[in-house]
Amino acid sequence: MMLARTASYLYWIGRYMERAEFTARLVEATVRLDALSARPAGEGAWASALSVASAKEDYEATGESITPSNVANYLTLSESNSNSIRNCLYNARMNARAVRTALTREGWESINRAWLALRDRSATGGAQSTINLVDELKAEIRGFEGAMHRMLRQDKHWMLRLGAAIERADNTARLIDVKYHLILPEGEEIGGVIDRDQWGTILQTVSANTAFRWLYRDGLSPGRVVEMLTLRRELPRSLACCVEEVTEILDEIGQETGFQGEADRMARLRHKRLTGTKVGDIIRGGLHEFLQAFITENRLLSQAISRQFRFD
Amino acid sequence: MAAKFFDEIWGYSRGRKPRPGFEEIAHWIRSTPKKEMRRRQDSAEAAFRQLGITFNVYGEDEEAERIIPFDIVPRVFAADEWARLSEGLEQRVNALNAFLVDVYNDRKILADGVVPSDLVLGNPGFTPAVNGIRPPHGVFAHIAGIDMVRTGPDEFYVLEDNARTPSGVSYMLENREAMLRLCPELFEMFEVEPVDRYTDALREMMQSVAPESAPKDPVCVILTPGHFNSAFYEHSFLADNLGIELVEAADLIVDDDIVWMRTIGGRKRVDVIYRRIDDDFLDPLVFRPDSMLGVPGLMAAYFAGNVTIINAPGGGIADDKAIYSYMPEIVKYYTGEEAKLPNVETWRCREPDALKYVLENMADLVVKKVDGSGGYGMLVGPSATSEEVDEFKKAVKANPNGYIAQPTLALSTVPTLGEKGVKGRHVDFRPFVLSGANGVETVKGGLTRVALREGSLVVNSSQGGGTKDSLVLRPPRDQKQSQSQDGRSQSQSQAKGGS
Repeated sequence: MMLARTASYLYWIGRYMERAEFTARLVEATVRLDALSARPAGEGAWASALSVASAKEDYEATGESITPSNVANYLTLSESNSNSIRNCLYNARMNARAVRTALTREGWESINRAWLALRDRSATGGAQSTINLVDELKAEIRGFEGAMHRMLRQDKHWMLRLGAAIERADNTARLIDVKYHLILPEGEEIGGVIDRDQWGTILQTVSANTAFRWLYRDGLSPGRVVEMLTLRRELPRSLACCVEEVTEILDEIGQETGFQGEADRMARLRHKRLTGTKVGDIIRGGLHEFLQAFITENRLLSQAISRQFRFD
Repeated sequence: MAAKFFDEIWGYSRGRKPRPGFEEIAHWIRSTPKKEMRRRQDSAEAAFRQLGITFNVYGEDEEAERIIPFDIVPRVFAADEWARLSEGLEQRVNALNAFLVDVYNDRKILADGVVPSDLVLGNPGFTPAVNGIRPPHGVFAHIAGIDMVRTGPDEFYVLEDNARTPSGVSYMLENREAMLRLCPELFEMFEVEPVDRYTDALREMMQSVAPESAPKDPVCVILTPGHFNSAFYEHSFLADNLGIELVEAADLIVDDDIVWMRTIGGRKRVDVIYRRIDDDFLDPLVFRPDSMLGVPGLMAAYFAGNVTIINAPGGGIADDKAIYSYMPEIVKYYTGEEAKLPNVETWRCREPDALKYVLENMADLVVKKVDGSGGYGMLVGPSATSEEVDEFKKAVKANPNGYIAQPTLALSTVPTLGEKGVKGRHVDFRPFVLSGANGVETVKGGLTRVALREGSLVVNSSQGGGTKDSLVLRPPRDQKQSQSQDGRSQSQSQAKGGS
């Protein structure tokens, strides 16, 4: 049975690595959206990227103007942004260093390498070099995921994945919420070119362009994208999939420890509720309200997990 | 003209003629292009950095993680050299353990006047708290690192005994991994004794010394001060290789003289603790009350016989450099034999004649604090300025009990890759000796430290030293035995059709 301290560090490694990956994808997709649209959507793309990363207010406080390179730097390398990829990797690495016995050698090396690749970078540079950096980071983080999946399928493995699944649920919810409320420039219609680009960007952020074509033979529409990202269990980053994964992982851990608790009950309840939900219900009740409630519930679940496994 | 220093490959020949048995390695050193050696060395260091085999230098930024430089040219011990060394090491460690049990219990050696009572009982390394305690199976120094130097073909000397928490074993293992990967041809050339036996031997030893009350499969842990400690990599490396938990003080609780660790499923009883924390910080209720690294109540659990602590508290007395100077007598007293490994000649400044000699000849001597380590608190006379010598004289005069002095030794050299090709650099050697309920074992290998600066005699990593792999060769086999006997190849008689 693993140490409670080890469990806590692993959980947070899972969360930070997932956040780093999500942010890397977000930067990549935004560079793309910016390049696609020689229209005002370009600037809007970077502003909304900040909102997705819940960094808008902190960014405004720095007084910097919203330019592609400023925002890319802020999301990727900034030391003052506590959720920048640099800080996520730094935190993941500090946690990993303290519990490196709990990781495989490959797992530790991929975190360490990702950190070393970023440590001495001071600027992301232009679009192309931003893409190169982000590609490199994504490859390292994928290496970490690969290593994670080759770990012994024991409590340590589950704890890393639990952190990752909770974080992924949070990230996906934020992504949909922000994009859905993105205000289109005046004169643009819903379903117009800019709107389509933006929904395409969402799909790209969660690597779901192709998935969408497979799941929906019809064209891109906000309702279908929302349905896929919230309710379709086939998509690994959908809320439904994350919710199911959290429940299953907690089950696995419970079988090993012989205990279940508050976190298990909350996760099962949430799982059951989401399984019975239809996309129409969500839209009728207000997507934003639905997503905000989901994010809050996810945070409470994370707190229940810390209590149940005696993280402090 | 013969070289001034003995070289472990070239003897005194100044690179003209290798010592018998070292022709192949000499050829390898000569024929491998330096650029290729450099490439391999860089690759090893890059791998160490990726693995995070780093140490923090005290006094620098906490995050200043450095790797210890690695040298690609290995040191090689012939089988017979090693056989003599390991016999001597085992004899010495047996005597150390007998000495520790004796001074904390019957004190026969003091009563017999072999070692002065006041030197032991008044020593800062002597721990009254463990008086009358006999650790399980009578072992204090479960893991001993004996620092050795060599000055000639048959001249090995013990420089220091480390009976507290010797570090460096991860380098022995990782350096070998790197060499196997980067210089596989060396291992085709020689039959080298494996070092990876160490982790199995350590696990067996730890299990063997568990308290009698422990279950058959005792719960063993490694206790680390935490990930900011300079040796943290090693702590985690060992825990990982042993497959046991690496715990910090906050993970342990003592309840009713039993040690438990906090897990996600509640608490779990601990039987054996390999601690990498000094005695002083082990338990704030018994030792330093301000220790944040320790576990309150741990010593009570130890006294109650409910947990084994590796190495046992109180062993520091054996590391004292004044006690060291009595080791030949101590070995003889407990084993009845002459010490197989000699000490370096040592002047104890506590003795008036010795003090006089040391003060008069300080510029030629190495002067050490009796309780110093890591190359700190020491003076290397020949390379010191006259101001430094004067300062040390004052310090020694003020506290003669606190110092010993030794002659400056002509440490052996081993060819080492430097800026200008492969040149001899001075080395020392730390083998690791394990003592458990089933006897003493020295793993065939160790940590060779090398002073990378030309002419330097200080090998400590904190002072710019590096490490090398240390290869112990297998004894040459005679022809008959080398035939395959595992039944997987055709035997000679069958091939000829039998009779």
